Parts: sequence; C-alpha cells; structure tokens
Amino acid sequence: MTAVLSPPVKSRKKPRTPTTSVLFDVPGPRARRRNLLIGVVGSAVILGALLYVVYRFNETGQFSGTKWEIFEYKQPQLTILEGFLNTLKAAGIAAVLALLLGVGLATARVSDHAWLRIPSFWFVEVFRAVPLVLLMFLFYYGTPSLGLRVSPLWAVVLGLTLYNGSVFAELFRAGIASVPRGQSEAAYALGLRKTQMMTSVVVPQAVRVMLPAIISQLVVLLKDTALGFLVTYDELLKQLKQLATAPQFEYPLIPLVIVGGVIYVATCLLLSWFATWLERRLSRKGSRSSAPTMDAKQDLGQGGAAAI
Amino acid sequence: MSDFLPTLTDNWSLFGEAFWNTIVLFVLSALAALILGTILGAFRVSPVPALRWLGTGYVNLLRNTPLTLVFFFVAFGFPYLEINFSFRTFAVIALSAYTSAFVCEAVRAGINTVPAGQAEAARAVGLTFAQTLRFVILPQAFRAVVPPLGSILIALLKNTTIAAGFSVAEAGSIRANLSELGYPALGGLLWVVIGFLILVLPLSAVQRNLERRWSVAR
Repeated sequence: MTAVLSPPVKSRKKPRTPTTSVLFDVPGPRARRRNLLIGVVGSAVILGALLYVVYRFNETGQFSGTKWEIFEYKQPQLTILEGFLNTLKAAGIAAVLALLLGVGLATARVSDHAWLRIPSFWFVEVFRAVPLVLLMFLFYYGTPSLGLRVSPLWAVVLGLTLYNGSVFAELFRAGIASVPRGQSEAAYALGLRKTQMMTSVVVPQAVRVMLPAIISQLVVLLKDTALGFLVTYDELLKQLKQLATAPQFEYPLIPLVIVGGVIYVATCLLLSWFATWLERRLSRKGSRSSAPTMDAKQDLGQGGAAAI
Repeated sequence: MSDFLPTLTDNWSLFGEAFWNTIVLFVLSALAALILGTILGAFRVSPVPALRWLGTGYVNLLRNTPLTLVFFFVAFGFPYLEINFSFRTFAVIALSAYTSAFVCEAVRAGINTVPAGQAEAARAVGLTFAQTLRFVILPQAFRAVVPPLGSILIALLKNTTIAAGFSVAEAGSIRANLSELGYPALGGLLWVVIGFLILVLPLSAVQRNLERRWSVAR
C-alpha cells in the first residue's frame, strides 16, 4: 500500500540523452562493425597526424632538454607569472568597466526618451562594428597627436571596455526583452513606476537568463587581452615573446607557446565550466518557478555561440 | 586636424591596396573556415565516437585560445618547425583554424535545433543517416545556422586586423605605413575605422534581418 502512495521518485539528474542520438538508431551489429571500422581508421588517421606533429617537433629539436630548461629557472618563471598577472589585471579592470558601461548603455536603450535611446543605439552599433585592435591602436598610437599619453595598460582596458560594454549592452537589452510582457504589465497594473517595474520585477528575472551569456562574454574579454601584445602591453604573450629570444636556451619559442596555450586554455575552461555549472543551477531553479526563462535562454544561447 | 582629409586623399592607393588585402584575407579564410568547420561539425554529430572526440577536442582547444596566440604560434612558431610559407598564408591558416571552431559549433547547434520528431519520422520511413541529414535535418538546420554564421563571418572580417601585428599588409597596418610617411596616426586610424564601419554595418544589418526573418517559431 505504502509503495503505491509514495510519490514517484524523481531523479535529480536530467536523463542525458546525447543530442546526437536523434540522427541515427541505436546501432545494430552491422552498423556497430562499420562504426568500429570507421572509428579505427579515423583514430589511426588522427593518431598518424598527431605522431607526425610530434615527429616534426622532435625532428626540429623542440624536445631538446635545453629548450625546456628555461622553465626551471626562477627569473623566467617570474616573468611568465608577471605576464599572466598583467593579463588578469587588464581583464579584471576591463570587465568591471565594461559591465558598468553596458548597464548604462542598456538603461539608455530601453529608455522612453528618444534622445537617450537613439545615441545609445548608434554607440552600440559603432563600437561593435569596429575591430578591437583598431580601438586599442586609436588609444595607444592615436592619442599622442591630441597631446595625450595613454599607457599600454589603459589602451588595452579602454579598448576592451568600449567593445565589450557595447556587447554587454546588447546582451542586457536582449535579456530584458526576453522577460514576458505580462510581467511588466502586471507591475504597471499594481501601480509601480517604470523604474520600480524595472528594478524589482523585470531585471531580477532578466539577470538569471543573461548570466551564462555574460560569463561567456567575459571569457571572450579575457582572451582578447592577448591583443595587448600588439600595443606593447606586458601581458602573457609579450613576456613569452621576450623569453623566446634567449639564446642560452636555444630560442625556446615552441615550448613557451605550448605553456602559454595551456595557461590560457586552463583559465578560459575554468570560467566556461563555471558558466555551465551556473546555467545548470539556474535552469534547475527556473524550471520550478517559470517556464519562459527557457525560451529566452535559447535566444541568448544563439547569440552566445557567436561570441568570438 | 587640418590634415585629416589629405591623409586619405594623398594615399588612395595605400588605402585601396590595404583594404583589398583585407578582403582577400577575409574571403580565403572564410572559405577555408566554412569547409573545415562543416567537416568538424559533421564529426561532432557522427555515430563514430573517435570522430566526435576529435571534433570536441579541437573546438575546446581553439575556442579557449586567444586568436593572437594562434597567430603567434603559426607566424613565429612554424618557421621553428621548418614549415615556411608567406606571412599571408600564415594569417589565413591562423584565421581559418580559429574560426572553424566557431563554425563547427554553429553547425552543431543548428542541427540540434531541429526537433527530435523530425529525425524520428525520417528514420521511421526508412531513411539512412546520410539521407536523414541530406533531406530532413540539414534543410531545416540551414535556417538556424545561417544567422549565427553571419555573426561569425563578421567577427572574422574584424579579426583580420590582427594580421597587421604579424607582418601582413592589410587595413590594420595602414597606420604603420602612414607614420613612415610622416602622417599623424590618429587621422589614418580614423579613416581605417570609417572603412570598417562601411564594410561591417551593412553586413550586420543584413545579418540581423536574416536572423529576424529566418527565426523559426517552435
């Protein structure tokens, strides 16, 4: 009796249907054999390609001990660390400023006043269309003609802020637009003013939808600090380039790039995993309260996928 | 600022050549990235695990690496591996290797937007994997893939400017050429910015239009 009355056990994990399975049946014996064959051949080709890369590295002496010894000395280690910290510093300052700029621009874009809405629209359009490198060049190489001197750090930070601030503004606008109209109408019906409606009804719902996309954009921002290399900012890449000129280690550019790549990939993956974790957490909460957040997330997901 | 206009009018050929190089760089990299990205996208949805892993690994590696680092590796690293091409070829390799990871993701995401029922129905009438893709999934996925691909290509166009830092003559390197000729950097840079606005703004308008018109209400 009790067994009948007990509620159905809900598994906490969503059943993980692999998204690919929809395209083909569960393979039967023949298909399995064929897939195995393609798999073996495919793996052999991939392995062959990788082996060739390793062979190439070996042939040109990239695995020679001297080249890798550079990582055993304190000074190079400190130089790399300093570069990484500079990268994080630029990314950190730019992230805060870009988020602030994004909030400001988004507020102006959803404003009822045309004199705020139209300029902010064009601001966002223009700064999303200009290559980020050119923005940094403008601040670094362009400002001396105006009698200003912008340090490389600030050229990087200002460039990143203007570009990412515009991207954030667009993201915030999309997030606010994704909240169903009924929400704002209900808020108005209760007698809230526009500011109250935004701050206490719409924005809290929009933030939840936007958060994963914001973090993916932050990953992009972190990656883009590497452009500082082109305006002589002492970030990770520039430090690597500098270390690569050491003749006593036989010009270890390839080992340095490998280590630098690992540092970037690890940092970005960490942030991305945080975004995925957050997304899962939020969607679990979201499914309990309101369905509309899911649709909105799909919209944003597409925009996020295009974040380069 | 009095020499703002002459900066452009005195150097038409420099600007013209540089922007032409940018467009060539863009077209070559876009073609390579679309082809490579579509193949990788097909890998990522294929029934063969080894190919799926390859696709996933490639995407995760390239998407989390700054494009500048990819350029750095290709332009400075390849000569150490005794692989020698022109700097423009290096730039095309770097740009297409990076962009194809994003193309791959767009293709995969597009295929995933097609409802499961469509593929199930195709299978129920006896179509094979290839036929299902060719006649049912891809025609529908196409609509979902094209708008994001548009954004990716626009980003690629803007990213070509990074090649300026790696000895490729294109729009991003106009500044360096102009300062050799004694023009102030600001005016030249502003003209390059205006050039990019002329190129990119119409493209993003088209892209937005596509996104609105082709969005599928499900």
